[in-house]
Amino acid sequence: MKHRVTLRIGPATFRIGSAWSGPIGELRRLYADYPAPSDGSADFTVRLEPAGLLRRWLRPSIFITGDHGLADAAPMSLAHSLLAAEMGMNLQMALGWRRHLLLHASSVEKDGRVLLMSGESGSGKSTLAAQLGERGWRLMGDEFALIDLAAGAVLPFPRLVSLKNRAIDVIAADVPAARMGPLLEGTAKGDIRHMRPRADAVARMDEGAPPALLLFPRFGHASAIRPMGQGETFMRLTQASTNYVALGEAAFAALGRFVDEVPAMAMDFPSGDEAIAMVERLWEERA
Amino acid sequence: MSALPLVRALRRPESAAAFSPEQWNVLIAMARAERLIGTLALRIGDGAVPGGVRAVLADARLDAEREARQALWEADRAAAALAPLGLRVVLLKGTAYAAAGLKAGAGRFIGDLDILVPRDSMDAVEKHLIAAGWEWVKSDPYDDAYYRQWMHELPPLIHRDRDRMIDVHHTVLPLTARQTPDAEALIADAVPVSDGLYILSSEDRVCHAVAHMLADGDLAGGLRNLWDIYCLLGEADPAALETRAERHGLLPHVRQARRLADALYGEGRTRLTLWDRIVIARLLARDGWGRETRKGLRFAFYLRSHWLRMPPLMLARHLLTKWRKGYRPA
Repeated sequence: MKHRVTLRIGPATFRIGSAWSGPIGELRRLYADYPAPSDGSADFTVRLEPAGLLRRWLRPSIFITGDHGLADAAPMSLAHSLLAAEMGMNLQMALGWRRHLLLHASSVEKDGRVLLMSGESGSGKSTLAAQLGERGWRLMGDEFALIDLAAGAVLPFPRLVSLKNRAIDVIAADVPAARMGPLLEGTAKGDIRHMRPRADAVARMDEGAPPALLLFPRFGHASAIRPMGQGETFMRLTQASTNYVALGEAAFAALGRFVDEVPAMAMDFPSGDEAIAMVERLWEERA
Repeated sequence: MSALPLVRALRRPESAAAFSPEQWNVLIAMARAERLIGTLALRIGDGAVPGGVRAVLADARLDAEREARQALWEADRAAAALAPLGLRVVLLKGTAYAAAGLKAGAGRFIGDLDILVPRDSMDAVEKHLIAAGWEWVKSDPYDDAYYRQWMHELPPLIHRDRDRMIDVHHTVLPLTARQTPDAEALIADAVPVSDGLYILSSEDRVCHAVAHMLADGDLAGGLRNLWDIYCLLGEADPAALETRAERHGLLPHVRQARRLADALYGEGRTRLTLWDRIVIARLLARDGWGRETRKGLRFAFYLRSHWLRMPPLMLARHLLTKWRKGYRPA
């Protein structure tokens, strides 16, 4: 394709082609400090194509596809092209990644141990991970946590953090502009702004660590902590995984081991500051 | 750029050994788009392959293993559901190749479960499958009526728990097609593979794959179908195949498929006709990003697929009805 870039995020390498230069320029800027791919070979091809015959020039709109795609994916405005590129990479991971158990969860590391946070979109897991990442924790990923099938360690997937709506102002206040992407207004999920994780999180993107605690955060409720049994945790995580079924027995074994070893809790919280205090408290009690 | 690198790598896997990383990227994108990545991964193995590519190929082999396991389980479930009828249930396409351990099945992507049963048992088969948890997919009454009146299969059914589709055929081409394969002979000469399950004879396997590729459809997935045919030809007796193809009215198609398979996957010694070359151009219409190319040629083959399927007046009526319902070709 006319414009292209190859990016590596943790263990996965993406070859991204685009009909427009815009999204490739944005990706190059925000991923500039990421370690280079080991050679030029990619795990996945992502394509940002015009959504129709004239859609390269006239009201340009992007159809996101690649090795794996959804036939009925809604076209996106060229103004949201950075989001389109990120969605294109997520799509490949969600549908095609087989080397780890993939959990829809954010993850942060401290003292060589990992805290995972899983939940629906809007639960606050992504914002909370971004905030912790600015406060002494190493951000490992805001969207996907990769669980090693044999050893059980959590591997980082520190792509750009996707901040939504109210979270944008909360985080942007603490983060230099050079690490922030453009404000994308009026996307299907509201306003979105991307943020590059801190330099150490990026530099250590090949460094995994064992999981120590799993939280299911829920924003907008009075503070409450509820320990979760292994059965419920297991069932929730099968639903939070995009490749649990595809990996079959290996995933069953890895998840069984995970719920055996890692305590899990549901955590309701009314505000970001309160959530951070709750997390720090739980982390100390665990130690 | 055309899909030639993919065809060459399938024909001579060792030719990929000297590939640059970007050549590998191109090969993998093409193979995924043509659903030949599992086949390619098994052909190439772990030989002189760069580390990153080795992991991609290993993933593809793992996916293919799961495909086969799931497909055989679906076949087993269908056999169990239909056992009380005491019929010959004949597995078709990917599931058949996997069940019999054929070369064509090695690494093959397997979508739906396709079975062939005698036409006069269709009602009973439908009832037993529905009792065992399969449900209708299509809710459109026109489509449903169309399938039942004119097609060679029931409207697709999907299993409510396992989310897998089954296509129940009573012959291998639409009833409106120009050729009328001998469905009774297909079933009568089928060979058993496991409890209550059969596959077509080696010659009929070729005839069916050829009918599916060249007498029906728009050649979407054609490189994969031709790979099947190339593998199946190796197991069929050439003289018996000619006789059998004649009986099904598919002799010209089988002969063309033999030329195409030789040209792309074999020695390339056969003389090609102009029409062969046009078909090959369509088969190779894929670029190094996995994109479809030659839109005009693709569309022409799409129109041809309808032309093959039904007489002109019926085609006009069908297209008009579909147009009114808002359907547009991709």
